[in-house]
Amino acid sequence: MRRMIAVFALLFPCISFANTGELPLTPANNDLRDRASLQAGAKTFVNYCMGCHSAEYSRYQRVADDLGIPEEVLKKNLMFAGDKVGETMSIAMSKKDGQRWFGVIPPDLSVISRARGVDWLYTYLTSFYLDSSRPWGVNNLMFKDVGMPHVLWEQQGWQKPVFEKVTDAEGHSHEVLKGVALVDEKDAKKAADYRQTVRNLVNFLEYVGEPAKTVRQDLGWKVILFLAIFFVFAYALKKEYWADIPH
Amino acid sequence: MIKSLVSWIDDRFPLTKLWNEHLAEYYAPKNFNFWYYFGSLALLVLVIQILTGIFLTMNYKPDATLAFASVEYIMRDVNFGWLIRYMHSTGASFFFIVVYLHMFRGLMYGSYKKPRELVWLFGMFLYLCLMAEAFMGYLLPWGQMSFWGAQVIISLFGAIPYVGETLSLWIRGDFVVADATLNRFFSLHVIALPIVLLGLVVAHIIALHEVGSNNPDGVEIKKNKDPVTHIPVDGIPFHPYYTVKDIAGVAGFLIIFSLVLFYMPEMGGYFLEDANFVPADPLKTPVHIAPVWYFTPFYAILRAVPDKFLGVVAMGGAVAMLFLLPWLDRSEVKSIRYKGIIFKTALTLFVISFVGLGYLGMQPSTPVSTLVAQVFSAIYFGFFLLMPLYSQWDQTKPVPERVTMP
Repeated sequence: MRRMIAVFALLFPCISFANTGELPLTPANNDLRDRASLQAGAKTFVNYCMGCHSAEYSRYQRVADDLGIPEEVLKKNLMFAGDKVGETMSIAMSKKDGQRWFGVIPPDLSVISRARGVDWLYTYLTSFYLDSSRPWGVNNLMFKDVGMPHVLWEQQGWQKPVFEKVTDAEGHSHEVLKGVALVDEKDAKKAADYRQTVRNLVNFLEYVGEPAKTVRQDLGWKVILFLAIFFVFAYALKKEYWADIPH
Repeated sequence: MIKSLVSWIDDRFPLTKLWNEHLAEYYAPKNFNFWYYFGSLALLVLVIQILTGIFLTMNYKPDATLAFASVEYIMRDVNFGWLIRYMHSTGASFFFIVVYLHMFRGLMYGSYKKPRELVWLFGMFLYLCLMAEAFMGYLLPWGQMSFWGAQVIISLFGAIPYVGETLSLWIRGDFVVADATLNRFFSLHVIALPIVLLGLVVAHIIALHEVGSNNPDGVEIKKNKDPVTHIPVDGIPFHPYYTVKDIAGVAGFLIIFSLVLFYMPEMGGYFLEDANFVPADPLKTPVHIAPVWYFTPFYAILRAVPDKFLGVVAMGGAVAMLFLLPWLDRSEVKSIRYKGIIFKTALTLFVISFVGLGYLGMQPSTPVSTLVAQVFSAIYFGFFLLMPLYSQWDQTKPVPERVTMP
């Protein structure tokens, strides 16, 4: 028995670590309760992402209500196609055009944060690098040969790939993509601001992925508190009834 | 007033008779422990699933082009839709947690043994039905994992010689999982299987109340009745004693349920898988397809067998083994408390294998993991197939006349 446990203890690590080798994710460290950040993220999303990506399960009105954006501000700063406030955040670009221009239909981003996770999105949006072999001149650490151009390059500055020399088991050395670095060191300040922009954007994407998330967290502890009090009474009632059962 | 109303009803319908037979004068052993909460909890989860399911059905659209969006509509635009949806999705996983613990209780205390074979069989049919219900329900959100999970599982029928391809085509209603499949799964999920489930629950409880409940000592309390009242001396009326006890159990359960529901409804991708937030795309296979956690032990057995058809047979056999349990166990005692070291070891190994298979079924398979899964599968089947032998060799302890209180 003990030997078997030892065998399992030895085997399990092999299984779980069998396929690593992926690049690590950078934590997004976003805060869903930070309204200013969500509003900034919404602005970036509408101005830059919604050229090609929709968030068609989400409604403008709901976003404005949840993020505390007045209707005039919403209409002026976040709605450009003259939609009604109750409409969903859809886009004008057709799927056919998307396919023709990018080789792939740009996905709807309503629930992208739930499919990918915020850390992945944050790392993805900060790891575009120059690659002249690609149609848009860029590639991505997280998404090899991605069809999307680096839309926010002006805010970040260009990045170049960083390679590392690795010697494999057979003694051959080859270069492995390790990370990215700014092409121009003068962009460092800009790049730092860009990280905040991306953090805000990812924050908004997390919000849009599940608008009721904070509502749910705020309701949860009240329900649990009620149940805890109910449990005390239910347990006392049980004790009372069971007092007359002989042990 | 109420008394005369009740007697009016009693003249026309056995209301008091049913109440007494199943609650007020149903004598249950007084020594139930922690493991005996899960029967009533399974019933509670069933009610949660049916009620939330009714409200989900009001807004869900069983159409391949609308299904995914209608789930997001429920999550965003329906009042408390997110709560109803999460109750249903969390409830699905908790149903299996509760049922697995309920079944494990039966294994530990020999609740399947004579005279409770039919209680066990009805329970096993319930489990089978629940698996079908969960499988079909999982297709409905129409995400990538819904689609590809169903695609993989239905294609397993294709491994059956001669009729396989025709059979899987008949199940899908199309050459791939498609709108026709979604529609029929919806129909089965909301109408056919719930009816069967409810019917089986009734049969399970009637059979149980006919023979009486087992208990952690495996003592038949009906053998020791009070000479005057003919009430088992170790029995207590289910109502009020176990109703109040179960209410406390329900409160405790709902606290844990709410923690998951409100603070981790995805349960790290185990209850709601990440890939299922991408709409179903028949042209894009996900990198890693795994069924939801409650199917993974059987999925791991399937993958452990190199031949596809034999794998399917092994997977079916793994479930079928459980049905045979009442006739495999030749031990003289019911409860693990009075069984010997062989059974205790066998049950421990079985649990390790089952949990281990569940873990392996979630991971991508590697040569090492396949080997481990084969070892676990061998133990899984060994537990059942060797039981007629080792349950006889086992050194049992004498069973007391009366139940022991904790």
